[in-house]
Amino acid sequence: MKHSRFIESTMIGFTRALSRVLMSEEIARRRGLLQSLDPRVRVAGLFALVLAVTLSRRLTVVLALFVLAVMIAVFSRVGIGTLAKRVWLVALTFTGVIALPAIFITPGTSIATFLGGSLHVTAQGLATAALLIARVETAVTFTTLLILCTAWNHVLKALRLFHVPQGAIAMLAMTHRYVFLLVENAGQMFESRQSRTVGRLPGPERRRMTARTAGVLLSKSIDLGNDVYMAMQSRGFGGDIRILSDFRMRAWDYVGLFAFLCASSIAVWMGR
Amino acid sequence: MHIPDGYLSPSTCATLYAAAIAGWYAALKRLKRFLLSRVVPLISVFAAFAFVVMMFNLPLPGGTTGHAVGVTIAAVVLGPSGAILAISIALAIQALFFGDGGITTLGANCFNMAIVGSLVAYASYRVIAAGSHIASKRRVAAAAIAGYVAVNAAALVAAVEFGIQPLLFHDAAGTPLYAPYRFSVALPAMMIGHLTFAGLAEAVISAGLVAYLQVADPSLLRSTCGIPAGSEEPPLATPVQSDSQRRLWLVVALLMLLTPLGILAAGSAWSEFSPSEFANTGPKAQIAAAANVPRETTPSGMQRLANLWTAPFPAYAPSFVKSAGFGYLLSAMFGVGFLLALSLLAQRYLERRRATRYSG
Repeated sequence: MKHSRFIESTMIGFTRALSRVLMSEEIARRRGLLQSLDPRVRVAGLFALVLAVTLSRRLTVVLALFVLAVMIAVFSRVGIGTLAKRVWLVALTFTGVIALPAIFITPGTSIATFLGGSLHVTAQGLATAALLIARVETAVTFTTLLILCTAWNHVLKALRLFHVPQGAIAMLAMTHRYVFLLVENAGQMFESRQSRTVGRLPGPERRRMTARTAGVLLSKSIDLGNDVYMAMQSRGFGGDIRILSDFRMRAWDYVGLFAFLCASSIAVWMGR
Repeated sequence: MHIPDGYLSPSTCATLYAAAIAGWYAALKRLKRFLLSRVVPLISVFAAFAFVVMMFNLPLPGGTTGHAVGVTIAAVVLGPSGAILAISIALAIQALFFGDGGITTLGANCFNMAIVGSLVAYASYRVIAAGSHIASKRRVAAAAIAGYVAVNAAALVAAVEFGIQPLLFHDAAGTPLYAPYRFSVALPAMMIGHLTFAGLAEAVISAGLVAYLQVADPSLLRSTCGIPAGSEEPPLATPVQSDSQRRLWLVVALLMLLTPLGILAAGSAWSEFSPSEFANTGPKAQIAAAANVPRETTPSGMQRLANLWTAPFPAYAPSFVKSAGFGYLLSAMFGVGFLLALSLLAQRYLERRRATRYSG
């Protein structure tokens, strides 16, 4: 139904977000390389690799890091098909569209001409486009591996390692929890509206409908915030946030951390 | 506008992280006067709301759809400090748990959308909606304009960040190492999409939400409406003139009295030359000196268009008035009176429309 396509695409977006989180929880429970490491090592190690990707100035080094990311994915039992479909293809499409004109408009040595010499492919343009695409693909693969192989509450606890304030971690945790509740509420509102809609709604009415749905969601959010505040107060919360950490580093975790730091350092040194 | 990893150099990312940390620190410091226990759930739930709103597909004029950022409604309801934190938390959740936007570029994304976006949205909303009633249509328009301007300001900052990459970070052969486009390409590439779709999406959702809150929950608009807490809202029609209004009328009257000052100045005002002045030696010399070009005849375009419209009060003096000073005063009174009559007519029309809608 053409008239409700915007409702459908919004609901598809909601479902996709929820399915991604469910898939991530399922992968995080598997027995694999990344899953066997302490969450703090995973977060620190993968952040270090993302940083190494950003710092590397050589295409070969970035490609080597990409191969490393694929190997980590295989040993962590993350499906290559899933990565290809959900990550690599999306990043390639997005960055490819952005990088493509650079092949032609970056000033430099011409290596090929098209359209009777009016369009030049330059060596510098080709190099910059390849470097950008490789860098984005590799960085997004490491980030996705972190998301897929680590339960969200473990990521949050591990952020303490980077001295992220406890208040900020508490807010991130609460936001993450309520995102799903609000996604569900919004989905139900759109679904009920779609089931009551007959015929094609005019553009202004569609905009009003979406704004009203957002408005109801906003009122619900504020009410929810007040309820949570009262619930926190009734349990004796006075603003002092403490996050319990039950992580224990083992010898295997130190090996993992050493390997991550070695790989990142070598990449940064070779990619200068 | 979510910049992924790899588009910005590490030093740009570090600088923007530093700027974002300064913004977060300032926002937290401002919010510390409230209870932390109150702020944490409110910001968290609002961040969750902003996250969900970013997923909405908004139908836009022209049949397409767009996504909003939610920064304007956050700035309108929570104020700039709350909006900075709520949108930053939403962006961090997107980057850390959904892979939308990079980890190294999280500082840049927060700086662009949460800090620049919130401050511009809040300032625009406050300036445009200043002094208006909570239920005023001006607030809806202010939210729409603030949303449009805020998203485009954030996009402009992002375009600058992209644009400086090839200038600062390239290898010996001139190959750009990060975002490859210079400012001349990055600016239009970023702005075209935001001036058309993204800005419009933010304007639609912000205006729609403010209009909804005016009816459903006006208390949420009070904290940033500029009316001190606990005081009465200004009524829709003020029967007694307030002090500020009285001061305004006094200033208008004083300015009207001072209008004849213009005739004390010698010569013609720059760019207000008339064709007759080209015939006289004095004004012609003045024009030649001002334009740096000696000119003997009246420009043909000016000659052709000079008689297109004849003002009722040429040279600020009706033909029957002999005193130039009195003519200026009369013109000022007529101009102010004409504008007042126009605004009264518009106000009456709007009130009648509103009365018809509620009675219907």
